[in-house]
Amino acid sequence: MRPATDADFRTRLQDWLPKLVLAPSFAATLLFVYGFIVFTAVLSFTGSKMLPLYTFVGLENYRKLWALEHWHTALVNIAIFASCYIVICTAVGLMLAIFLDQKIRGEGMLRPIYLYPMALSFIVTGTAWKWFLDPGIGLEKTMRLWGWESFSFTWIKDSNMAIYTIVIAAVWQTSGFVMAMFLAGLRGIDNEILKAAQIDGATSFQLYRRIVIPLLRPAFLSAFVILSHLAIKSYDLVIALTGGGPGRATELPATFMYSYTFTRNQMGIGAASAVMMLMAIAAIMIPYLYSELKEKA
Amino acid sequence: MGFLDIRNVTKTYGNVEVLHEVDIEVEEGEFLVLVGPSGCGKSTLLNMIAGLESITSGDIAIRGRQMNGVHPSKRNIAMVFQSYALYPNMTVAQNITFGLEMHGVPKPERDKALAEVAKLLQIDHLLARKPGQLSGGQRQRVAMGRALVRNPDVFLFDEPLSNLDAKLRVDMRTEIKKLHHKLKTTIVYVTHDQIEAMTLSTRIAVMYKGYVQQLGTPKEIYDQPANLFVATFMGSPAMNVLPATVVMENGAAHAAITDAEGASQRLRFSQQGMAQWMGRKVLLGIRPEAITDPEGADRKSGNIQHLRNRVTVTEPAGSDTFVTMTLSGKDVIARMRADANVVPGQVFDFAVNMDKAVAFDPETEARIPA
Amino acid sequence: MSAASQETAVSAGRVTRAFIYLVLLLFALYYLLPLYVMAVNSVKPLPEITGGNMMSLPRTFTIEPWLSAWSTAQIGVEPTGLKPYFINSILMVAPAVAISTILGALNGYVLTKWRFKYDGIVFGLLLFSCFIPFQIVLIPMAVVLGKLGLAGSVPGLVLVHVVYGLGFTTLYYRNYYAAFPTELVRAAMIDGAGFFRIFWRILLPVSGPITVVSVIWQFTNIWNDFLFGVSFGGTRQPMTVALNNLVQSSTGVKEYNVHFAGAILAALPTLLVYIVAGRYFVRGLMAGSVKG
Repeated sequence: MRPATDADFRTRLQDWLPKLVLAPSFAATLLFVYGFIVFTAVLSFTGSKMLPLYTFVGLENYRKLWALEHWHTALVNIAIFASCYIVICTAVGLMLAIFLDQKIRGEGMLRPIYLYPMALSFIVTGTAWKWFLDPGIGLEKTMRLWGWESFSFTWIKDSNMAIYTIVIAAVWQTSGFVMAMFLAGLRGIDNEILKAAQIDGATSFQLYRRIVIPLLRPAFLSAFVILSHLAIKSYDLVIALTGGGPGRATELPATFMYSYTFTRNQMGIGAASAVMMLMAIAAIMIPYLYSELKEKA
Repeated sequence: MGFLDIRNVTKTYGNVEVLHEVDIEVEEGEFLVLVGPSGCGKSTLLNMIAGLESITSGDIAIRGRQMNGVHPSKRNIAMVFQSYALYPNMTVAQNITFGLEMHGVPKPERDKALAEVAKLLQIDHLLARKPGQLSGGQRQRVAMGRALVRNPDVFLFDEPLSNLDAKLRVDMRTEIKKLHHKLKTTIVYVTHDQIEAMTLSTRIAVMYKGYVQQLGTPKEIYDQPANLFVATFMGSPAMNVLPATVVMENGAAHAAITDAEGASQRLRFSQQGMAQWMGRKVLLGIRPEAITDPEGADRKSGNIQHLRNRVTVTEPAGSDTFVTMTLSGKDVIARMRADANVVPGQVFDFAVNMDKAVAFDPETEARIPA
Repeated sequence: MSAASQETAVSAGRVTRAFIYLVLLLFALYYLLPLYVMAVNSVKPLPEITGGNMMSLPRTFTIEPWLSAWSTAQIGVEPTGLKPYFINSILMVAPAVAISTILGALNGYVLTKWRFKYDGIVFGLLLFSCFIPFQIVLIPMAVVLGKLGLAGSVPGLVLVHVVYGLGFTTLYYRNYYAAFPTELVRAAMIDGAGFFRIFWRILLPVSGPITVVSVIWQFTNIWNDFLFGVSFGGTRQPMTVALNNLVQSSTGVKEYNVHFAGAILAALPTLLVYIVAGRYFVRGLMAGSVKG
């Protein structure tokens, strides 16, 4: 390389200016994201209670965490919630996208109706569904008023079923978005491929099963990544809909982390649970981002 | 010292050397074309002249002033890009005068310069439009206007015609040549199209794999290609290259080749020096237009050799008829007059203008000097 | 226009099409019902809700619940209504959206047009930050905001939202600018424009679509955020937290109508934005999240 002194002032300025502009964002991300991750990870090895302490206790917090029944409840719940949520959202989204893609009259009306819930906060969604599913004033009461006397829908009060009410509300909020992703994918498929398949004698069903759905692979992948990420993070919806109840029946890792850290003063255990959540998301996101970025490069 | 000096310029990305010690002196008013297949380093060199890419080693100077590390806007150059690079949000007039504005030229002067350029390029009526509303040819003119208005020392063209359709490309080629005649500006022009290179340039640098293979006038490049790459890259249809053995007959060097039937045929070399290659194998290069019917042969040539061979395919192209035959196991194309009376399968008497033939060393692929 | 639709429009039978319409309409009902219930019941007097059918239209129309939710309802311990929290949210959202969008635009510009060694790693680190579970930063953030004296303040929330929104805004602008021809930037350089001038004169004028996307995305996310608001809001809590406090309050009679009015109030800004510019929002979400 030639020495930089060769370059005139302007060239050198133009050389470091971009980096200077990027620097604050990069520094903030390094500190507030990666620094904080390290901080939390360090805390998870300390005996912090209400405030951060730096007395190291090794893996004690993780041992305690995995011994806690609450944590196991949270894990079982996230497993149920995430799998139902992802599967149903994907299925509903795909079905609506395929149906909407059949030259439907009024598509312009239907699409925004399917999509608007994602403009709402989970708190609003939770509030709406909380009363809609409340047996005292909601669906059950309405059905009975309409003459279906034996109708019963008390999932939200039922420890075993409450987690599924969260699935219902969460699907309501995001399935329209998944529909939009699939619809965009469908509209991006090359016309001629479909014509060729028709000439080859494929029926509509075969066309979708053998040609269209396999071509939507990228949309499936994106939907999976986004939904799993939302599922692991989800906190507000549970707070608004069930408050983690009845009892602890709808505890999720996110609510677990919050309550152990800020209300039960078990910061070390809270930090350990946050680290577990990060690891779960990283296990999904890193391979995905890596392959996406690599494809582009 | 030239007007634009490129001295031992090398460019590396990491461990990959993409340009190797390029050394070109461009005189004022010259039209230098850098031509070569994609990846040969021609665009990299142009970008280095523009200051858009740094120089790994070597020097670039314009008017004797060293340009290494000088900001592009301070080099007094202008560039026309392949995609035209017109600012989509600005009108044609704004596009053309943007550079002047950036250099702090006052509005009245800008308007004057704009008017001159618009008149020169006949784009007066387009000045209020946005680039999106222009045709390909019009965009091309605006891009040239943007370059011209700066009145730079050197114009840089990066494949400016490759986005145009075939007919427009020919028109714009003529247009550029006219402008160069009129304005006598120094131009460095990058293209992968050898016809553009031949028609436009005063000198051509043929580049391949980061090396300048040959630097010379279009005629030198065409008639005395430095090596096999230059010979086959320049010219369309490409030069016929066929293995031959040098033999002596009546005291003169001949190229011994085999015809379609496998019989030996001999063509006398015009070059005296070929005698030194007696008994050795060479690659014989003959351009298609040097193989004709006897009536169409070049009357000024001192060495027309006759060749009898079977015709494989004929392709009438309107202005010419291309005739394919087999020689020394290779397909060889001859360029005949349009009305030459040749049919496939016929055994025909060809005339080969050996004054235009060249021979290459099969080992080094360099042309054997006459 | 999709080919699939053209093909199947021909081959799908009448029954199939009727079925498709039925399913589509049922789902429209599913998506509309909660909003309908909230809207209808927010203008009923309380006895009509507890005694009547939540699906039926109001017999007595009242805007009392809306007024109460806005200015007198008990939020936590204070009977302030949602109004001060609505203002908190606006004071938090406006600067946070503006700052994160401007920084994202500049970052995207640098990462695509002024590339440098290791810029891929910088982008990768920014991108991954979009996807971290925020629980991992809650504790350190609480500590740092406390140390900076920003805990429980609007500027503190702005800082938090800017920092954790940067990844997304950068991603949007980077993807958008990546498709913008680099030759234009080079032409402008030769014309003598510098770093900021090129951004201002060449890229920004064509950045309208992606700016709409970035602003809407950030606006929706920040307005709808609950976790940061409840963790760091202190006395300056945003609308979402206040709404939750209103709805979850265990004292007194449950004023459903007020809760519904409050929920709609909390949803109104994002709903309005969605109605006005929803199409761009979706398009942008696709571009950002699908292409990564």
